[in-house]
Amino acid sequence: MTNQSNSRDVWVFIEQEEGVIADVSLELLAKAQELAGTLDSQVCGLMCGYQVEDLAETVIHHGADRVLWADHPELEMYRTLPYAKVTTKLVQEQQPYILIFGATAIGRDLAPRVASASRAGLTADCTDLQIGDYTSKKDKRTYNDLLLQIRPAFGGNIIATIINPKMHPQMATVREGVMRRQEPDVTRQGSVEKIEPTFDESDLALRILSRETRESEINLKDSPIIVSGGGGVDSEESFELVRELAHVLGGEVGASRAAVDAGLVSREHQVGQTGTTVRPRLYIAAGISGAVQHRAGMDESAKIIAINTDPNAPIFEIAHYKIVGDLTEVIPMMIRALREKAK
Amino acid sequence: MSSARTYNSIVLVKQVPDTKNITGDVMKDDGTMNRSALPAVFNPEDLNALEMALRVREQHGGQVTVMTMGPPQAAEVLRESLYRGADQVVLISDRKFAGADTLATSYALTCAVQKQGDYDLIFCGRQAIDGDTAQVGPQTAEKLGIPQITYAETVVDLEGDELVVERALPLGKELVKCMLPCLLTVVSTANQPRPASARKRIEYKLAATPLEYRSLLKKWPEFGTEEALDAYLEARDMKLPVWSAADVGIQDGNIGLAGSPTQVYKVNFVVLETAESKEVSADQEGIAALLEELIQEYIVG
Repeated sequence: MTNQSNSRDVWVFIEQEEGVIADVSLELLAKAQELAGTLDSQVCGLMCGYQVEDLAETVIHHGADRVLWADHPELEMYRTLPYAKVTTKLVQEQQPYILIFGATAIGRDLAPRVASASRAGLTADCTDLQIGDYTSKKDKRTYNDLLLQIRPAFGGNIIATIINPKMHPQMATVREGVMRRQEPDVTRQGSVEKIEPTFDESDLALRILSRETRESEINLKDSPIIVSGGGGVDSEESFELVRELAHVLGGEVGASRAAVDAGLVSREHQVGQTGTTVRPRLYIAAGISGAVQHRAGMDESAKIIAINTDPNAPIFEIAHYKIVGDLTEVIPMMIRALREKAK
Repeated sequence: MSSARTYNSIVLVKQVPDTKNITGDVMKDDGTMNRSALPAVFNPEDLNALEMALRVREQHGGQVTVMTMGPPQAAEVLRESLYRGADQVVLISDRKFAGADTLATSYALTCAVQKQGDYDLIFCGRQAIDGDTAQVGPQTAEKLGIPQITYAETVVDLEGDELVVERALPLGKELVKCMLPCLLTVVSTANQPRPASARKRIEYKLAATPLEYRSLLKKWPEFGTEEALDAYLEARDMKLPVWSAADVGIQDGNIGLAGSPTQVYKVNFVVLETAESKEVSADQEGIAALLEELIQEYIVG
């Protein structure tokens, strides 16, 4: 939309549903604060909803200096067109330097629409954001303080760093769980500006007839211990061992894509490039070969135990503890040892 | 046919490198990709999008047009679409498109869709397995000025100028009603795409774009010249159209590298980091010692 804007502010789209802010938005506020610190600028949280003013304080406590809050009954539930209209208008009027969204179903629906309307570059599914300089080889021009948007590509086989040197805002969606959120600082002060948008008929071309959502059964990314099963877990009974070990350890059950595709466990449990990114204190990979797609979602775990019958399985290259053996024998030994300790 | 009117669909598809089956020789030592070592496939969720469009046609009538933007060899996914029942196909191909990011791609696709015109529904796969961005569908919808329904799983109802669709959300479902025309991005759980029909495979065996003539002449030297081959295919309705940037009315500066705000700054090949690791023997003593260590370090317990 613009070649250079004067603002250096970092905006975060604050995703809320039914008055609850998405975890990823709070994670992004912490990252935005870090980026704004480097840029010597401010963090602004942009929130859409209906009568959710109370949330503005939470946004400030988690790192925003300023909250822009669009209030309208048509914004009560997320819909592409009204949300995109509000966001695009604010972006065009105030020209933030950076605008980031969670790479959620909502963020990935909204961000491309806003980027297209603003003719801004957008990078999907980033796993890290940094500030850095870039010198164009073509014209030798140096662009200072660009947003370096880092993401896995080609099924996780490469890590690409993407920049938008000329067109601002620099936009990105960021994976859930990869940034660490801060403890709220209740003494933090900030400003709140309420916006009252208007909509015409074309903005309301889509209506929600019904929505059924269920509570997530699991919380993989916040669990300190995860026991995951993969393609080497070849039966329901064997997967039951994975569940039992997770239970004894007080952790969650994870899985690689192979186990999910085999129908042993629901997709919500999938760890990796196309699943959840986790960094627990302990990750036990049982019968997981360690394809790059899986490793991308768990290789920052503090301790990794890998159990595999194949001594050459790639998972062993990132494991802290290697157990070459059959998981149907090894897991029962682990359960037994833990039960003994508990006595 | 259950309703009074018919519905024309455009399906936007992509040929992608098969990133699920990457082997060692694909990644070069310098960290770049040897793309020619990767088999090219029909992007999986684009097959779900095509299937959804074909089912709409079967129920309501209308035409299904499949478009892809890509190099000459992308004509393969167009043939695959014909084998599955597409009525017509278009290859959007031009050297000027090289280096396009999602914004520039959506601009080119928008121009092509506008040239085609007369559509009620546009279907895309949710995302392509090479970039996993899921951006081109929504960006194309925005440029066309039409609503989008992402994560579409089921067309529940289609009547008059309104469409009812069930969306697959991460934790649930959403039923939405939308005015036509609109763009849908389709998820893999939407349907089981039909296989290529053996009869159509034979019917469209010769279907080719002019960009493929040179290599076809090596296979079929009996045609002699590109002109002769062209006349032969044209007469049999087997000449697949190719639209260039100029054909779809594209303004330079909006496409290719110049039209792409994002650029790749650097690429790192993912290397396995060898952690400091211990071998643990797979017996009760070994396992017990390991757990004891983890308890001592407050990792477990």
